[in-house]
Amino acid sequence: MIAQEEELKALMVRSLAGDGAAYAGLLRKLQTHLRAYYLRRLGRAADAEDLLQETLIAMHTRRATYDPTRPFTAWVHAIARYKLIDYFRRTRRRAEEPLDDPDLLFGSEEANAAEAHLDVERLLHTLPAKTQKLIRDVKIEGLSTAEAAAKHGLSESAVKVGVHRGLKSLAGQIGDDT
Amino acid sequence: MKTDDLISALSADLEPAPKHKVVLRLLTGLGIGIVLSSTLMMTWLGPRPDMMPAMATPMFWMKLIYALSIAAFGFGLVDRLARPGGQGGVWRTLLFLPLAFMIAMALYRYVQAPPERHMAMLLGNSWTVCARNIALLSLPIFAALFWALRDLAPTQLTAAGATAGILAGAVGTFIYAFHCTESAAPFVAIWYTLGMAAMGVLGAILGRFLLRW
Repeated sequence: MIAQEEELKALMVRSLAGDGAAYAGLLRKLQTHLRAYYLRRLGRAADAEDLLQETLIAMHTRRATYDPTRPFTAWVHAIARYKLIDYFRRTRRRAEEPLDDPDLLFGSEEANAAEAHLDVERLLHTLPAKTQKLIRDVKIEGLSTAEAAAKHGLSESAVKVGVHRGLKSLAGQIGDDT
Repeated sequence: MKTDDLISALSADLEPAPKHKVVLRLLTGLGIGIVLSSTLMMTWLGPRPDMMPAMATPMFWMKLIYALSIAAFGFGLVDRLARPGGQGGVWRTLLFLPLAFMIAMALYRYVQAPPERHMAMLLGNSWTVCARNIALLSLPIFAALFWALRDLAPTQLTAAGATAGILAGAVGTFIYAFHCTESAAPFVAIWYTLGMAAMGVLGAILGRFLLRW
């Protein structure tokens, strides 16, 4: 959380000075958090996306109200929360859960999807190179068994066996961790 | 529009953000309000006729200091509340310090005075119009401050509106003090305060509707 605050704040300070690249990077990072934040509270992906875009625009037009001597994540959270309450008010739906925990925006599991992706990568690297490639092609890229077999010059059954063994080994490692 | 496209659009040709925008914007609103309100005071009520001798009395300055200190702390608080997630912190307490001081002074003067003076100290000659005049003089400042706040980003609308109202009331009181000839501390503690408080209540009510963004 603290590392995140520092990273985002540094990007924001550069953005306020007019650095467009830093700003684009900042907004891309924020959109992951904000999408998860709204999705969890609204349920409907289309509404969450609308609110996310509205929030990004609001942050943009009022970015000069950020005071760099204060925490940046708190500023973002206040805007996100304000826009959520405003949405509930517009749609006359009552907010049923406590809305004021800043950790909910920056500590969420959905927002850590990127980290989960890294975990998968790390696990995959423990497998033999050939098995790794097979699992990547079949389970992540979505090739059919026949396509993967053709690509790697193997029989279809060899592909199936390879993938099956690889997954079993991965499952075993996850089991060891817990 | 896709969110990625939106991000590209927002970050293309990014201009540096103006520094001190919140303070400058609030000062602009305040300045416009002060000009309007002073003009209104001079044309409608006029300055007190005994200005020169009055300036030699401590109470003339006490009234100005009372209004000015509330205005200063009110400004500090509005500056906080005009930003997302802004907390009042110590400013909220400071805002009530002049009031506590004024009440203490009014009580002291009241108990010290002979009983036959008490009614005059409480009501003066203008108790029927004082709070109303303050509120009317504060309205232009109130409107200008709300105009300024609409361009900023308060997230606690009721608190921001109430503070803007108190600030407008305090500046309106400051201007009214050049017209008002009352000099009893109990009078000031009651009627000046009432005028400012009325503006605070108005701001609290209207904030939720007018300050949305």
